[in-house]
Amino acid sequence: MPAVKHVTAPTDQELIDFVLHEARLIDTQRLDEWLGLFAEDGIYWMPLEWGQTDPKLTASLMYEDKLLLTIRIERLKGNRTFSQKPRSRCHHLLQTPQIDKRDEAGNEYVTWTPMHYVETRYDDQQLYAAWATHTLAVIDGKLKIKMKRVDIVNCDAAFGNIQLFM
Amino acid sequence: MMNRYRGNAEAVRSLIRETEVHRDVYIDDEVFQLEMEHLFANTWVYVGHESQVPNEGDYYGTTVGTQPILMVRHTDGTVRVLHNRCPHKGTRITTETCGNTGKFFRCPYHAWTFRTDGTLRQIPLAKGYEKAGLQDSHAAEGMNPVRHVHNYRGFVFAKLNDVGPGFEEFFGESLSSFDNMVDRSPAGKLQVAGGVFRYMHNCNWKMLVENQTDTCHPMVAHESSAGTAINVWKNAPPGAKKPMAVEIYAPFMAPYDFFEQMGIRVWPNGHGHTGVHHSIHSNYSAIPDYFDKMVAAYGEQRAKAILDENRHNTIYFPNLMIKGPIQLIRLFKPISAHKTLVESWTFRLVDAPDLLLERTLMYNRLINAPTSVVGHDDLEVYERAQEGLKVDANQWVNVGRLYDPAEGTDVTAETNGTTEWQMRNQFRAWSKYMTLSM
Repeated sequence: MPAVKHVTAPTDQELIDFVLHEARLIDTQRLDEWLGLFAEDGIYWMPLEWGQTDPKLTASLMYEDKLLLTIRIERLKGNRTFSQKPRSRCHHLLQTPQIDKRDEAGNEYVTWTPMHYVETRYDDQQLYAAWATHTLAVIDGKLKIKMKRVDIVNCDAAFGNIQLFM
Repeated sequence: MMNRYRGNAEAVRSLIRETEVHRDVYIDDEVFQLEMEHLFANTWVYVGHESQVPNEGDYYGTTVGTQPILMVRHTDGTVRVLHNRCPHKGTRITTETCGNTGKFFRCPYHAWTFRTDGTLRQIPLAKGYEKAGLQDSHAAEGMNPVRHVHNYRGFVFAKLNDVGPGFEEFFGESLSSFDNMVDRSPAGKLQVAGGVFRYMHNCNWKMLVENQTDTCHPMVAHESSAGTAINVWKNAPPGAKKPMAVEIYAPFMAPYDFFEQMGIRVWPNGHGHTGVHHSIHSNYSAIPDYFDKMVAAYGEQRAKAILDENRHNTIYFPNLMIKGPIQLIRLFKPISAHKTLVESWTFRLVDAPDLLLERTLMYNRLINAPTSVVGHDDLEVYERAQEGLKVDANQWVNVGRLYDPAEGTDVTAETNGTTEWQMRNQFRAWSKYMTLSM
């Protein structure tokens, strides 16, 4: 997707394209570019609890700022990252994102996207069903992620390793 | 190939040598079955914390070994532990993991009801049993209570068999690690809080227990995660305040010297801990207002003594680890020889600032979650070991680091923090409690 410079508010289609592009960057493991989609204070949140409201005094599977996301991405490149020898791969199957909120005055746009996510390594393949909620803002003329929240349908189940990004 | 070990205490004992253990303790299905029948029945196994069942009728369902049990607050206010099956057809009584059952349990299959001490209360259409000799049957026993239950400062343990030592004798001085965790609350009280991570491991449960006092692995296995965290933080602008997350990750990369000097203490019956003198938890930033609250509760001298104790990991043999300084426990639940469910529970220190719980939860998320990069590092090596142990050419696992032929069994001692004495201590206890009832 060409980087769209927003002088006016993004259209619904541009919001949808952004979410689809975001998943594509993960699936193609262009993770440095993916990280660039986050605002400087952006957060990736994966709750542990069904309908969770509190990210800090209730446990989350992930609640990561850009520093923690950077550590993850750099780790995946590491020569001594043995849990990634061989590497994991992943695949997103998204429904068309729905626009839940357009607040042009407040510069806040929220999309909701049901998805199936597959993560695979060696002969093992795991399927997760989830909903992604993106809270987006236009910063310096570009859409950025303020919050990506991923609610896994069985968020409280016993999981094995989840090593990439839903 | 079953029945190499059943009824053969000598064969079981021969799996444990002074400095090595046979691979069958990790990969043999019969040994696993015997662990469930003997080891997990003859020892005091952690059930849960009383704060999970604060009110009468509150219950929590879990397992001891592979057997379903439940913990319930009885109408007399005490915490009871019951075998979680209906005496009628075997149906597990609780449908939810936890909840409130009111004054009695009701089986979802035929509506037999039981008081919260397990006794049989009522059977629908009871006249059908008039000539059935019900009063002499197992069914009349109701839900069998676990006979040996002990609540230590809120931590509830159960022992299924009559043999084996009493609670105080079994744990002895190791209970000081629980004391320190509880004393860190200005109110002297803990509450389970935040939620539990449930992380499935395709490896034997003992690999996890051994890892807790394995101080020669962090700087190797966790170079990928903690090492990367340190490197990424090096790019931070000068003078930036070190975030809590970096404070948590960085000590995993401490040099061997740090771990050698932290010390390990072993206790009888397989218990022991790392971090006699210091630990990876020693240099966290102070939490505002916390020390003042501790001084108000305990006086300055006592408050300092409590907070200066920075034990790292304490093993309560067979399958519990606790971290007093960050109020976190991990329970290694055996599922099969090749499968273990790791539960990581967190606690609120009652009357302490919320920021402590926030740090506890961050630690748990960064280190113990299925999404944790540190967890990924560890699980990778466990699973490789579970696989590698299939090699016939060498059937032994070495636990000989810093072995001393004079070290003895069931002693209390403090020693170099990189010793594998605590692993040997666990296996000596394993041998004892496996064969105690054979």
